[in-house]
Amino acid sequence: MAVASAPALPSPVGRRRAAWLDFIIAQPLGAVALFVVLVMALAAIFADVVAPYDPLEIDWGAMLSAPSMEHPFGTDSFGRDIFTRVIYGARTALAIGLLSSLIGCTLGAAIGIASAYFGGRVDMVVQRLVDMFLAFPIIVLALVVVAILGRLPVLGVDMNLVLAIAVPIVPKVARVIRSSALTIVTMPYIDAARTAGYSHLRIILRHIAPNVAAPYLILLTAFIAQAILLEASLSFLGLGVTEPTPAWGLMLSGNASDFYREAPWMILFPGLAISLAVFAFNLFGDALRDWLDPKFKT
Amino acid sequence: MSAIAMSPTPVAAAEPRRALLAVEDLSVQFVTSRGVVRAVERLSYTVAPGEILAVVGESGCGKSVSSLAIMRLLPKQTARIPSGRILFDGRDLLALSDEEMRSLRGRDIAMIFQEPMTSLNPVLSIGEQIMEPLIIHLAMTPAAARSRAVELLGLVGITDPERRLDQYPHQFSGGMRQRVMIAIGLACNPKLIIADEPTTALDVTIQAQILELMKDLCRRLDIALIVITHNLGIVARYADRVQVMYAGEAVEQGVSEQVFQTPRHPYTEGLLRSIPRLDRPRDGRLATIEGLPPNLLAPPDGCRFAPRCPYAEAACQSPQTLAEVRPGHLTRCGRAAEIARRGINGWSLAGEAAAEVASTAPLVLEVEGLTKHFEVGGGLLRGATAVVKAVDGVSFSLREGETLGLVGESGCGKSTVGRLLLKLETPTAGRIRFEGRDLAGLGDRELRDVRRRIQVIFQDPFASLNPRMTVGQIITEPLMVYRLVASKRAAADRVAELLGQVGLYGYMAERYPHELSGGQRQRVGIARALAMEPRFIVCDEPVSALDVSIQGQIINLLEELKLRLGLTYLFIAHDLAVVRHISDRVAVMYLGRMMEVAARDALYAEPLHPYTQALLDAAPVPDPVAEKARAPRTLGGELPSPLNPPSGCVFHTRCVAATEACRRVVPSLEEKRPGHWVACINVA
Repeated sequence: MAVASAPALPSPVGRRRAAWLDFIIAQPLGAVALFVVLVMALAAIFADVVAPYDPLEIDWGAMLSAPSMEHPFGTDSFGRDIFTRVIYGARTALAIGLLSSLIGCTLGAAIGIASAYFGGRVDMVVQRLVDMFLAFPIIVLALVVVAILGRLPVLGVDMNLVLAIAVPIVPKVARVIRSSALTIVTMPYIDAARTAGYSHLRIILRHIAPNVAAPYLILLTAFIAQAILLEASLSFLGLGVTEPTPAWGLMLSGNASDFYREAPWMILFPGLAISLAVFAFNLFGDALRDWLDPKFKT
Repeated sequence: MSAIAMSPTPVAAAEPRRALLAVEDLSVQFVTSRGVVRAVERLSYTVAPGEILAVVGESGCGKSVSSLAIMRLLPKQTARIPSGRILFDGRDLLALSDEEMRSLRGRDIAMIFQEPMTSLNPVLSIGEQIMEPLIIHLAMTPAAARSRAVELLGLVGITDPERRLDQYPHQFSGGMRQRVMIAIGLACNPKLIIADEPTTALDVTIQAQILELMKDLCRRLDIALIVITHNLGIVARYADRVQVMYAGEAVEQGVSEQVFQTPRHPYTEGLLRSIPRLDRPRDGRLATIEGLPPNLLAPPDGCRFAPRCPYAEAACQSPQTLAEVRPGHLTRCGRAAEIARRGINGWSLAGEAAAEVASTAPLVLEVEGLTKHFEVGGGLLRGATAVVKAVDGVSFSLREGETLGLVGESGCGKSTVGRLLLKLETPTAGRIRFEGRDLAGLGDRELRDVRRRIQVIFQDPFASLNPRMTVGQIITEPLMVYRLVASKRAAADRVAELLGQVGLYGYMAERYPHELSGGQRQRVGIARALAMEPRFIVCDEPVSALDVSIQGQIINLLEELKLRLGLTYLFIAHDLAVVRHISDRVAVMYLGRMMEVAARDALYAEPLHPYTQALLDAAPVPDPVAEKARAPRTLGGELPSPLNPPSGCVFHTRCVAATEACRRVVPSLEEKRPGHWVACINVA
């Protein structure tokens, strides 16, 4: 009886492979996306070394010049090198985009899971609060946060801007994650954890959270893109990053629109940078979701 | 009946009928990323009009796939049929165009599915759904179709059909919905009905009604019926002929009396021996078919059952053919002649029988007047609009080392009792005492300690394990949280020990649940419960989601563990035979009330409550001779809504012995014989 159920599965082999190598083999497209993200991150960190010019240096003589050997992405209406500004812009984009999406999604997921897990009155109150926040247009909500917080620079990043963008993300994520968590909390394995007498925190972190990782990762990468765009909008209103700081959104929304006939490269390259970043994050997020799901491993 | 335009031509009974459907040499394969799955291999069988053929086998044996092939409903992208013909009324279905096939489906061949809850469209009225095929296939006018729909509902035993035609599926119970499905199937006078597990989702008493109805209709209307099922009891009662399938092949075919009484294939023999049976004396242990079915990506060249077969010998490594052992009885086994002479017997029944539980053993659990009411409806500003009395004043107790079986149909509150004991729900009233201490009065610390000692095994082995954790992590977690082991190393040793105890290999600790079979997952669930070193385990339908051959393995394991570790079980189930096999005492519930509690043998030998009698009467027994001799089932009607339970005795609406007093008096559970408690005023 003891060893009765002979395994129909192949006998075990050492399948411990380095995690990064495993990821590359299992998710080649995700690995490419990860590579793009890493290149952007490195460019942002080492912008001083990589960029050929000073991002703020005005050169009236080279105003609106087309892409050339000297200026691979051309120059803007102040003669500033766009290639340099795109590289420096990655700092703002990654810092604000990644950070605000991470804060907003994590907080939203925590609220969503707790709301589903505790249920009843807690769920009721939390969801009505979420309704309230969802009723405000994103931009209005962000404006309020910026106005309340004022300037809050932490390690060179405008935390007020990060929070302003994170806050509108929270209720949206909370709502989506709650619906995923609602199906998880009724699963027998959650009952099993409760009958085992585990603490609420353990059940939430160890048993529910990993099972809502898939929607969480999708939301996280999707909101990075939105955050970068929202940062641009806030900058346009004069509440976000201000000139002359190099930022992709600002480069797109500033006076580039006045020159798009004469100098299309002024919008082309920051636009491409945003698209590439968003695309890379989305691809990487999808790949990570599949890779983390044990069912996709063979 | 005569009013209905279905008049089969009478046929001489003795003369063998010409086959309506002939499946010849059919193979079905699925192309997957891992290779070709050989789901069905060289299957041949026939069905005649008015005949009931049962196709029996465990999940993945190809029984559903072969019937979908008849309907040509296999997924086009992945499925292919490399060989075979399906002759229906002389035409090869595989050669028909899609257009021709579509006109056949629903008109000449109807299909009834397992899930009556999901196979009806919730936004269309019952009438519209019955009339649809009539208007499409028979080009009836809506008025004609409607009057035909009324006839059909009457035919399947739905009262007041005119009014019910305009109702929607949610207004029907599960059994009633299955009747509607049958009515839709019958709508166009089909010649063949394929029913895929038609009663698996239904309760025993309803199951009996539906099967009785289907059998009767087939005989009267001369319809050929193919019933696909894993329940051998159903087969015995209703089938004329049986086809047993294993790993994509037919292993035995024959008249049901022959197949059941003198099986000639070891798999059939094993199946019949591995289920607990109400018609046989209770054995200590069940014979089991050990191991798992082969992987159909690369099935063995020889006999596919050989790796699990106790009779396997060297010759079994070469392919076996389906050969006739006597007229009409075919088997795919080279040793059939020896099996016939009873020359071999490899099924061991060894095992210690459980000792009687002494009446002096200490009480582990005492439950008194346990009640749970759920409030339904209502909203933010309104109170609840109704109360469901899921559990209503239930009392029982359990002694150390005892197994109490808790039986009843779905919705009777048996699972809620389990959840209350596990403190997953808070009782509305009543007391639960574990080891003499009231669970309600415990502080957090004591509660944690009690929780560890009351554990649970769930029904669904697919949903009861966290898919994100490996088997090792699942079993290690309680060890670490409760500090039951000193170190990580000790934890790993303990995990290996626990896996060994439940019959799994140590290396399986690295696996994720989805990499294991259903039976293996259930073993992991048991190991997780044992990791806490519990004293009392609530087994909530622990075998009902498993295949027949695996059920026996798990039941034996549970019994062995109980004996070895001195456990006490509350065994919740709906299968009366399983409960009889494993329990020392049995409690019967109906609509939240306890109907009868007695020692196992007393209850099965002399059930006193009319409901228990009806339940036992409805339970099919896998013996065609006994089954066909039995009178048709008596318990009619439906389980009343728990929102609006009947007055007095809740069972009086379905009870054959109900009197006027039963409507008024709520019977209390009284000791009518020594140790035999019954809640019925008519039992002296």
